[in-house]
Amino acid sequence: MSPLKIQQGSSKHSAYDLRDPYSEVLETHTLAVLVDNEPGVLARVIGLFSGRGYNIDSLTVAETDHQGHRSRITVVTTGTPQVIDQIKAQLGRIVPVHTVNDLTVEGPSVQRELALLKVTGKGDARIEALRLAEIFRANVVDSTLESFVFEMTGAPDKIDAFADLMRPLGLIEIARTGVAALARGV
Amino acid sequence: MSQQMTGAKMVVQALKEQGVEVVFGYPGGAVLPIYDEIFQQNEIRHILVRHEQGAAHAAEGYARATGKPGVVLVTSGPGATNAVTGITDALMDSIPLVVLSGQVPTFLIGNDAFQEADTVGITRPCTKHNWLVKDPNKLAETIHQAFHVATSGRPGPVLVDIPKDVQFATGTYLPPKKARTDHYAPRVKGDIEAITALVEMMETAERPVLYTGGGVINSGPGASQLLCELAEATGFPVTSTLMGLGAYPASGRNWIGMLGMHGTYEANMTMHDCDLMIAVGARFDDRITGRVNAFSPNSRKAHIDIDPSSINKVIRVDVPIVGDVGHVLEDLLKIWKSRGRKSNREGIESWWKRIAEWRAIDCLSFKPSKDTIKPQHALQRLEALTRDMDRYITTEVGQHQMWAAQFLGFDAPNRWMTSGGLGTMGYGLPASIGVQIAHPDALVINVAGEASWLMNMQEMGTAVQYRAPVKQFILNNERLGMVRQWQELLHGERYSHSWSEALPDFVKLAEAFGCKGIKCDHPDDLDEAIREMLAYDGPVIFDCLVEKHENCFPMIPSGNAHNQMILGEAETQGVIGQSGAVLV
Repeated sequence: MSPLKIQQGSSKHSAYDLRDPYSEVLETHTLAVLVDNEPGVLARVIGLFSGRGYNIDSLTVAETDHQGHRSRITVVTTGTPQVIDQIKAQLGRIVPVHTVNDLTVEGPSVQRELALLKVTGKGDARIEALRLAEIFRANVVDSTLESFVFEMTGAPDKIDAFADLMRPLGLIEIARTGVAALARGV
Repeated sequence: MSQQMTGAKMVVQALKEQGVEVVFGYPGGAVLPIYDEIFQQNEIRHILVRHEQGAAHAAEGYARATGKPGVVLVTSGPGATNAVTGITDALMDSIPLVVLSGQVPTFLIGNDAFQEADTVGITRPCTKHNWLVKDPNKLAETIHQAFHVATSGRPGPVLVDIPKDVQFATGTYLPPKKARTDHYAPRVKGDIEAITALVEMMETAERPVLYTGGGVINSGPGASQLLCELAEATGFPVTSTLMGLGAYPASGRNWIGMLGMHGTYEANMTMHDCDLMIAVGARFDDRITGRVNAFSPNSRKAHIDIDPSSINKVIRVDVPIVGDVGHVLEDLLKIWKSRGRKSNREGIESWWKRIAEWRAIDCLSFKPSKDTIKPQHALQRLEALTRDMDRYITTEVGQHQMWAAQFLGFDAPNRWMTSGGLGTMGYGLPASIGVQIAHPDALVINVAGEASWLMNMQEMGTAVQYRAPVKQFILNNERLGMVRQWQELLHGERYSHSWSEALPDFVKLAEAFGCKGIKCDHPDDLDEAIREMLAYDGPVIFDCLVEKHENCFPMIPSGNAHNQMILGEAETQGVIGQSGAVLV
């Protein structure tokens, strides 16, 4: 597998992979964790995952309520159902954590990730890259005579698919934000 | 009174308003302003330990014996790092501790300043929560929040790191009532539907067992009372983890002894063969369960715990009940009574007959000796001579700890303090001092092994300074007994570094510390020597020279199930397989 193809839960690309190989079926869940934005809160969450041997497939965090100093951490994690339940319970008992929502089981959700992809090439490959970018609704945010930087937003697998197509056309670098997610409806 | 004061004064004021009477600590550069405030008042007593680990363990002992949070005060850098073992111990055993540490001034943080350590970083994984306070106006509120977090829900240690400039700076003091604590409010009432489901199971169960743990004790004396009422009313047998001893009285009718790796045969067989297991404030630790996939295979299980993360962590249960043990047991009893106090009398009667058969095996029996003191015998004599006294027991960690759990009986909660989860050698001596400070007139005995005891023996200085008449009952086998036992069972009797060739003379050591030393090496002299220890008005180091190669039985070998206990030496050959060997 190419190093740039990011498959959720694969050991090469998750930050931590200490899974028991004899466990039951693995599931990937997206958790939304609402926390007080106080010093060290991210370290507490990350430390929980590393300390207890859980996976982090992707992690995004930013203050979402500046007045109330609340941050939203979106973490994509992989594990057996028992491990996923443990992760939620362990997150829930961190003092500055207000709520833990499992968007994967609590109904449909929208999941989006932003990626920047640098593609170098000339001639036909360059034209093909532009054409594919249009199909995927990726924008060109930087251009030289030998390169493009594409910006695209989408579900992680859409970005995976785009990256796969770009690779033979000269993909040399990729930056991804990790998943941000919200439950659908109200 | 003006609400404007220095940070150091706020610390002392906040401790007073939190009802703190005793602080265990050790001064240093970064906490000098707080020590200056302590000097200028008389309400809070400060106990000067000899090492910060001792301060944390002493505070743990104090907390366990009183049910109140223990308070520790240490300086920055090495002061804080030395306390880490005690803090971790408190986390593992759910003991409420409030640790206040000094820190270098805010403008030097991150500068590798003298005696600087990233204390909140180091203690983040070993506290329930911790804070670095950079603003004197937030100091008082933070300390109040610290007490709230340490004592609410599942108790545990918290740490407040206070830079020296914050201690000097002036700010506004906030009284406890005005501190914001509502953001942390663990659920204490159990779900009534789940409790009802459990009651329904209790009404029909043929082979029930109450598996109780430290959570019962942490929930307060009321919870222990409710547990007794439940057991007596239903006739269910009661076993307990190491941490829960005393919640149900050892002299009680339904008591079947401690369970787990060195628990009684009857307790472990009861767990294995039961059809309804009610876990009350216990967390299915690996020392309890043995091999997980063979753990009580034919039972339905209910689990009462205040910590949702304890549920389904190790063992999947059928009825999870998140809530405080006291509240849940109260509702449980209420519902059970209102439904007509039903139970399967016939089933339970024949269940007790089976338990009696297991009990008849007499798993704690040992080969007596006329010439050497057997450690079990020493504890039997200690038990016989102190049972009726106002007695508190602490222990170190190892064989002696298991024997103490097996041979000493506890009829009330908060009388037994031992390092269960972390297994910290060196816990018992400082813990015994903490207990004695809380109960100056009680008999406090630390049942110790000589190796563990040496790990924090400097605290004898503390005991002498504060005239804490703690009795150090050292079962001296000149070995790291539990390590030696495992090397015998698992490593071909290659006793790698599990004995000490240069032990001190404990009687002379006692004299050097300014307390009394007693040595006993013959069973005939034992009772007299114990009486001498009990009669002495002051700290005693009792050097009890015991059989050197005694093993602790019964035992569930690692990787085995509850019904695969070994009862004595004859059964020890090749008992631990490859998969068990890694489990320790």
